[in-house]
Amino acid sequence: MPNIPPQFGIFLFIVAAAVLPLVFASGYQTFQLTMVVIYALSVLGKNLVTGFGGQVSLGQGAFYAVGAYTAAVLMDQWDVPYWATLPIAAITSGLVGLMLGLPALRLGGLYLALVTFALAISVPQLLKYKAFEGWTGGVQGIVVSKPDAPFNLPISSDSWIYLFSLAVGVVFFLAITNLVNSRIGRALKAIRDQPLAAEAMGVELARYKTLTFGVGAMVTGIGGALSAIAVGFVSPDSFTIALSLTLFVGMVVGGASSISGAIYGALFIQFIPNIAEEISKAIPGVVYGVILIAVMFFAPGGLAGVIANQLRRLRAARVVGTGRAPS
Amino acid sequence: MKRRTVLAGLGSIAAAGVARPASAATVVGVTATEIKIGHTIPYSGNASSYSVGGKSHTAFFKRVNDMGGVGGRKINFISLDDAYNPAKTVEQIRRLVEQDQVALVFNPLGTPTNSAIHKYINQKKVPHLFVATSADKWGDYKNFPWTIGYAPSYRTEAQIYGKYIKAQRPNAKATLIYQNDDFGKDYLHGLQDVYGKDFDKVFVKVVTYESSDATVDSQVVSMKDSGADVMVTACIPKFTAQIIRKSFDIGWKPLHVMSNVSSSIASTITPAGPEKAEGIVTSNFLKDATDPEWKTAPDMIEWRAFMAKYIPDGDTTDGNYVYAYGVASLMLQVLKQCGTDFSRENIMKQASNIKPVSLPLLLPGMQAATTPTDFRPLKQLQLQRWKTNTWERFGAIIGA
Repeated sequence: MPNIPPQFGIFLFIVAAAVLPLVFASGYQTFQLTMVVIYALSVLGKNLVTGFGGQVSLGQGAFYAVGAYTAAVLMDQWDVPYWATLPIAAITSGLVGLMLGLPALRLGGLYLALVTFALAISVPQLLKYKAFEGWTGGVQGIVVSKPDAPFNLPISSDSWIYLFSLAVGVVFFLAITNLVNSRIGRALKAIRDQPLAAEAMGVELARYKTLTFGVGAMVTGIGGALSAIAVGFVSPDSFTIALSLTLFVGMVVGGASSISGAIYGALFIQFIPNIAEEISKAIPGVVYGVILIAVMFFAPGGLAGVIANQLRRLRAARVVGTGRAPS
Repeated sequence: MKRRTVLAGLGSIAAAGVARPASAATVVGVTATEIKIGHTIPYSGNASSYSVGGKSHTAFFKRVNDMGGVGGRKINFISLDDAYNPAKTVEQIRRLVEQDQVALVFNPLGTPTNSAIHKYINQKKVPHLFVATSADKWGDYKNFPWTIGYAPSYRTEAQIYGKYIKAQRPNAKATLIYQNDDFGKDYLHGLQDVYGKDFDKVFVKVVTYESSDATVDSQVVSMKDSGADVMVTACIPKFTAQIIRKSFDIGWKPLHVMSNVSSSIASTITPAGPEKAEGIVTSNFLKDATDPEWKTAPDMIEWRAFMAKYIPDGDTTDGNYVYAYGVASLMLQVLKQCGTDFSRENIMKQASNIKPVSLPLLLPGMQAATTPTDFRPLKQLQLQRWKTNTWERFGAIIGA
């Protein structure tokens, strides 16, 4: 058996993720998977800021809201095609992220967490603000039409939105993987672990910190824009503080400084509330909490670490089984 | 080889994507023994205090089943948590419609949450009955023929106030304060419906506030300075309490008519001070379970027995239980009207042809009714006035 490069596994995973749901999943399940992709992207943006950058942000939901509203307003007010809203949503949420990156320079740790928390709390109220009401629709929110598959493709609107989101997701996952494995990624980790040493080595703290905030916000914002397209509705109540906390949970459960962790985290925040509800209608919150604690107990570094360990063990077993020396 | 597999795969995708042909009468979610009904409400999150509605409905339909069901069938009531998050509501409603295949969706709670599913559920032609929100838009039978409201809308309520003010104070100089959102604007529109061209003449001062504001004290002062002798307030409890206190403190005593959103004694009257609220007029359509007047009313006795047997740990002073019991009774009425034809078309036809019917726990004389061009089942209210320590109902049941 030839040595399989890890890229091939990723390629297979992407193909399976694209094809299998089209064949086996119902419209509703496809929608759920679309939400997983969207959450995965949003958690990835958060991982970059907090996991890799070491800056605790509790306001990631704000960037998600900015992305979602940018997409919805563009589609609603100016009839911009849905795909064209993504780059604009990336720019607006990225800019908001850069602006927030500035206080992040002065504030560290818990203080930054509080500032971003305040941002997340104020977002629903800002969205209702009278001056923007012409665009945002105030509390009523904005209903947007779901796009149909282009080129007369014989697939449903749900399947198309899924494939579209998946494609966007894949591009950003690969891009962020490259980013964290590059010089910039090493600089980020250095800042996170030893800021003084990093600075002494010539890493520009200010530049990298604001940059991570900007890029992280942009990726989450794109997740938000996709959510506006997939859900077909945005309103202030869609983006309360609960959303920011959900993304935070996704990050911690998946594994804060892991790329694949964002996917596990997304699966968790999408499906565990449903399971909790199945177990008890009276106290779904408590069930969710217990599951969360259990996961943290058995996978303290996040699910990504545990799953990576298992994969490594499998590989090792196969290597031993075929009698090859580990390379 | 590989290419052929891909093509075969695409073929099956195409087959899966093709829509099923629709027949004239769509019977979904109904078997010889069962009717599936879907529902969403926040069981978790900030708005989870509303979840008693889901608890009450579940118990209500259990009792229906215990008593033999309806149309020879048992009701399978599936109530799901949406945490008051519109994105989650979309997911849960899609689950109910596409996976659980419910016959209809009943009484889902919230304005933003129902807005999120409004278009989808009408595209799917699933009856979306008696939504638990009082916004005015749920009666739009032309554009959304599968959605129907329930409680008197805010606009209806405002029309009733408008008529009352017109009758009481024909030469009124009035002022209005409303929350700058859907809820508040429905009151503005309702009053404009009544006064028409004269609105600007009668309402000498119209002011607004944001739900995020800290106080509305300055608005109260400007309303007083307008010289008005009637004040209408379309505000949530926090601000209504401020208005009651402030206007009392600055010695301004207009005829105060307020939205019944703020009629809660615990969250409005007590914080403002009961003596400062003397004479305030608002409205209601439900019986108050704490009102001694209803102690011996047959529907109240029936309801207390229901609560004792099915929800023994439920708080009977919680008005949400009273509300839920009434609307579930209307649902049952529609199912009975369906006879044995539980197609979605017939369910919708029956829901939009309700002959005037009294519902338990509604004020005496209050009736629910719909027609194909009237998707607002409840359109009546009774006025009530705050006197020393309680609301005193007065006058007849008024329709808008």
